[in-house]
Amino acid sequence: MKDENLNKGIRGTYRVLIVICALLVVIAIGSVYFFEKTDADLVEIDNSIIDPEKIENGVHLRTGFIDAIGMQETITNCTSCHSAQLVIQNRMNKERWQTTIKWMQETQNLWELGDNEDIIIDYLVKNYPPSSKGRREALTNVEWYELKD
Amino acid sequence: MKRRFFIEKTTLAAMTTVVGAELVFGAKIPIGYTPLALQDPDPFKLFSKDNRMSVLNSKPWNIEAKAHLLDDKITPNKFMFIRNNGLIPENIDASSWTLTIDGESVKEKKTYTLADLKAKFRVHTYQLTLECGGNGRSEFDPPAKGNQWTIGAVSCAKWTGVRLRDVLEDAGIKDDAVYIGYHAADIHLSRNPEKEPISRGAPMAKVMQEETLLAFQMNGKDIPLAHGYPLRLVAGGWPASVSGKWINRISIRNKEHDGAKMTGTAYRVPCKPVAPGEKVADEDMCIIESMPVKSLITYPMSGAILKKGQKLNIRGHAWAGELEVAKMEYSIDFGSTWISCSLDKPANRLAWQHFSASVDFPKEGYYEVWSRATDSQGKAQPMLVPGWNPKGYLNNACHRIAVKIS
Repeated sequence: MKDENLNKGIRGTYRVLIVICALLVVIAIGSVYFFEKTDADLVEIDNSIIDPEKIENGVHLRTGFIDAIGMQETITNCTSCHSAQLVIQNRMNKERWQTTIKWMQETQNLWELGDNEDIIIDYLVKNYPPSSKGRREALTNVEWYELKD
Repeated sequence: MKRRFFIEKTTLAAMTTVVGAELVFGAKIPIGYTPLALQDPDPFKLFSKDNRMSVLNSKPWNIEAKAHLLDDKITPNKFMFIRNNGLIPENIDASSWTLTIDGESVKEKKTYTLADLKAKFRVHTYQLTLECGGNGRSEFDPPAKGNQWTIGAVSCAKWTGVRLRDVLEDAGIKDDAVYIGYHAADIHLSRNPEKEPISRGAPMAKVMQEETLLAFQMNGKDIPLAHGYPLRLVAGGWPASVSGKWINRISIRNKEHDGAKMTGTAYRVPCKPVAPGEKVADEDMCIIESMPVKSLITYPMSGAILKKGQKLNIRGHAWAGELEVAKMEYSIDFGSTWISCSLDKPANRLAWQHFSASVDFPKEGYYEVWSRATDSQGKAQPMLVPGWNPKGYLNNACHRIAVKIS
């Protein structure tokens, strides 16, 4: 008798728990519908902001820079005024980077780089070398699609 | 690969404490503007741009279109390129915005509110081609410094405003006036308030043209923030950097304007042609004025596969800076033969012109359709990238699309 009562008690508790769980599911689904945030309430965030140092597949996620010697110096000195994209887009040799740095120091408030100048330029020349394009390149990366009349 | 997720604005405050003081911009910024506070916000939402546009640079913002996105006869905001030299001004109040006319060659320094400008001067609307001087820079070899624009830094929207000439004449132009220089509310990248990101201008001949406007509307609405709200200088056919955004002062100068990006190598090309990669002294660089003749095939998108016998109807736009486009041709055999396209007159001077053609292909295979415009003085687009210059300006090489006949 005692065991039966105990079993009944356990079963009862389970039933209550199941009802509570079901209620929670309904509330959760409901809240998604009824309290869904409008676009205006949401802000898109790049997850790398959460972890500003994260490296994935050899690329620093926050900036897009290739992870190699000199990257940290480049981030520190080159991305407080402009984005890393502007650096990555540009392919120059050592001499032209020197001229560019001098121009930024003369007109754009860039500070003296000291020993970091060579470290940064080496990093850029090695990881982002200019490629020869000739007078006109072939069309590449064409996405083919069927064109109906 | 970048992964993204969404958070509520309320948690943004908490986030910024984690990220650092530099990113705290507060909650006063209007909805849709808030993401500027973040390192890599969604520019498409921020500026109401189509998400097929290409972001070249997020600080400062530089975004370009693709050829097939520019198919509209009048470019809508969503497909209009953004070229910024500095940071977009914060907290603009159009009701208190003023424009001051000053400089060595103004008879009387004068200040106007936007309401003054609208009430006092006749309002005009023109469709005007604005192309970045560096559009096409990515093709130069050796590479030229700056944002690597491909082909999408061009637009032709309808601009509404008052003639710059009318306003300057109201303040009075002295006989020794040579140039104007604009000043604007944008912020230098270093955030040094003493520095201007860009302060360019134009010689009086361009300034006095009917189509040179102080515009307060684009395509019939307030100018979008990224394009110069609430007041923009618009000088069609010249490098778009002449068309200063967020204008609050115009100086009538008695000499060539010497503001930021007027001097040195900015928006200049060698006065005499140079070999690729050659060093050019600053004094041998000349200011770019009218942009060269150019065209874009905006339909179809590159990569079309057609059945044998199927005709291809192409269309696009052509423009020629200060001049009109006189002739438009296409080639499917890499320039061995050229066939005429039909070409419309411009909606007004300095507006781009629309062309179209129906193309037949002789047999199966890979083709490229090349387009070539010729201006009213007989100058045509080159098939190769034109003369190398240190800053990579004025690439007006023929546009082409790839086509396969199966």
